[in-house]
Amino acid sequence: MSQLLLDVNGLTMRFGGLLAVNGVNLKVKNRQIVSVIGPNGAGKTTVFNCLSGFYIPTEGSVMLRDQQIAGLKDYQISRKGLVRTFQHVRLFQKMTVIENMLVAQHRHMNTNLLSGLLKTPNYRRLEKDAMNHAAHWLEEVGLLAFANREAGNLSYGQQRRLEIARCMVTQPELLMLDEPAAGLNPNETKELDELIIKLRDVHEISILLIEHDMSLVMGISDHIYVIAQGTPLADGNAEQIKGNPDVIKAYLGEE
Amino acid sequence: MTSSKLYNAIFAAGISLILASLMIGIKLDTDGSTLAVRGATATQWMWIGGGIAVVFFSQLFSAQVDALFGAIPKPNIKAMLPQDQKMTTLKPWLIAALIVVMLIWPFMVSRGSVDLATLTLIYIMLGLGLNIVVGLAGLLDLGFVAFYAVGAYTYALLSQYFGMSFWACLPISAAMAAAFGFLLGFPVLRLRGDYLAIVTLGFGEIIRILLNNWTSITGGPNGISGIAKPGLFGLEFNRRAKEEGAVTFHEYFNMDYDSSYKVIFLYLIAVILVIGVIYLINRLMRMPIGRAWEALREDEIACRSLGLNRTAIKLSAFTLGASTAGFAGCFFAARQGFISPESFVFIESAIILAIVVLGGMGSQMGIIFAAIIMTILPEIAREFSEYRMLLFGLLMVIMMRWRPEGLVPMKRPNLELKQP
Repeated sequence: MSQLLLDVNGLTMRFGGLLAVNGVNLKVKNRQIVSVIGPNGAGKTTVFNCLSGFYIPTEGSVMLRDQQIAGLKDYQISRKGLVRTFQHVRLFQKMTVIENMLVAQHRHMNTNLLSGLLKTPNYRRLEKDAMNHAAHWLEEVGLLAFANREAGNLSYGQQRRLEIARCMVTQPELLMLDEPAAGLNPNETKELDELIIKLRDVHEISILLIEHDMSLVMGISDHIYVIAQGTPLADGNAEQIKGNPDVIKAYLGEE
Repeated sequence: MTSSKLYNAIFAAGISLILASLMIGIKLDTDGSTLAVRGATATQWMWIGGGIAVVFFSQLFSAQVDALFGAIPKPNIKAMLPQDQKMTTLKPWLIAALIVVMLIWPFMVSRGSVDLATLTLIYIMLGLGLNIVVGLAGLLDLGFVAFYAVGAYTYALLSQYFGMSFWACLPISAAMAAAFGFLLGFPVLRLRGDYLAIVTLGFGEIIRILLNNWTSITGGPNGISGIAKPGLFGLEFNRRAKEEGAVTFHEYFNMDYDSSYKVIFLYLIAVILVIGVIYLINRLMRMPIGRAWEALREDEIACRSLGLNRTAIKLSAFTLGASTAGFAGCFFAARQGFISPESFVFIESAIILAIVVLGGMGSQMGIIFAAIIMTILPEIAREFSEYRMLLFGLLMVIMMRWRPEGLVPMKRPNLELKQP
């Protein structure tokens, strides 16, 4: 039942002489929360950029459901069902919350110019569907009441949640979250924790997570990968990672 | 009063002195067959001196002057306008009234005013077109005049070589301009900001130079003359029909010939074109593509991560903007009856961009106001002849200092989620 969703083998990214990521392997199964941890500058975000097509990896294969996606363009990858958030919130600040949600559904809408100008029934129906779909996800993350607010005026925690909702509205199979808890207070972190678990259990998607908040990572991850200086260091469940001497050494330094 | 203030004042006065004496104090005059440098008259020097004194003292006492201006109570315009809710019910009526006035107005004023209004409408069209590219999609285009030229030459050439009519050429001109927009856009839209601006600037010049040098077809710097004027369902507006057997407008309606019919007819076409363009852009802004343009302007990386193909979206903005310029160009050629590369120089691009920036990027209302100001002001300021560009520059500086967001800042047509 737990099929392989994402299979990354020997992912390597070189910037000139700098080896940023060196032979990273990752496996994400259906309905799994997988975390990537590592000290600052370990290359976690570079891995994300490679997977989401912002960088084209120098070497290695990235298989999404038996389909090679390494080398595809960023928008093509996200259309295949692999969507990401960013370390710093990237919303369309001047647009309203609901408009943020509609932009994300751009490719599901009738973008034909003529049908838009004439407001054909098909155009209206798709527009209405998109609205309902957006409203549904806003409700899921508890932002429905703020639908008509300008996105830039939301609180930081709300902006984080809107970013996740905006990804979910594209109907992804794998959601990649880059430090979603950064800058959140303990309460908001707890809500985020619940939201991520709900995404896995209720909405049946997989989540790949980069996070520094160890209590969050250890609490919700089904599997954890540790990267240090671009190289894979260890992987296993929370208990295995906590007891791994290499990991402790990488984080705390040698005695 | 600190010494830095004094230094500032002296510096400003010095700069004014240098600039004023170079620009106003010295004049080149023809003296027989040679040029002679002539100094200004005593009264002119007096004015220059006075001006410099004003600069000096206003710099020296800038704090006090600012305080004085601050003390003037500002009128509360918001309170004078009707409430928001009332505005929405009033809006369609206001628009209808405005259109009626625009349609009746030309019959009551002089021919010159109608002609000037037509020119204004061309600039409104160009401003609205560039607004799609710069204001909505956030792509700085300094060569917009190229598409205007493509539209104008498309009609001029088709009319000259194939005798095609204005109405047939109008969509063809727009399509040609759009095709050029597509051609240019494809390679350059990976570039951003400054780089894009330079490339488009180059493109604008290439088109102009091409038109200037391709003498065998475009007539080079001599341009193309005798471009046919638009007719009304085949009725011409000339005194006599060009072809045997054709009927002219005044003959058909049994009226005396009046050359102002032609001018008014052109004006009415322009009004219809502008209304069409405004409607089109209004719809576009509310459509998925309009939202995508804005989103791309706000955050390109986020767009990419959400599966939006940025090249396609930018290209659509570029192409639609260009086609609007094509419309304007075709109409321009029909109105002038004569075009040459001289009409499509860089300063035209700059003026169109100035209209967009002055009006308020993305704001249609603002652009309409700005286009009116930018075309009518030079006419009013004609008496000042050579100082008119100076006045123009001054206006721009003042605007950008006090209203950097433009005359009428853009108000986004926010989509509302109706709560159950």
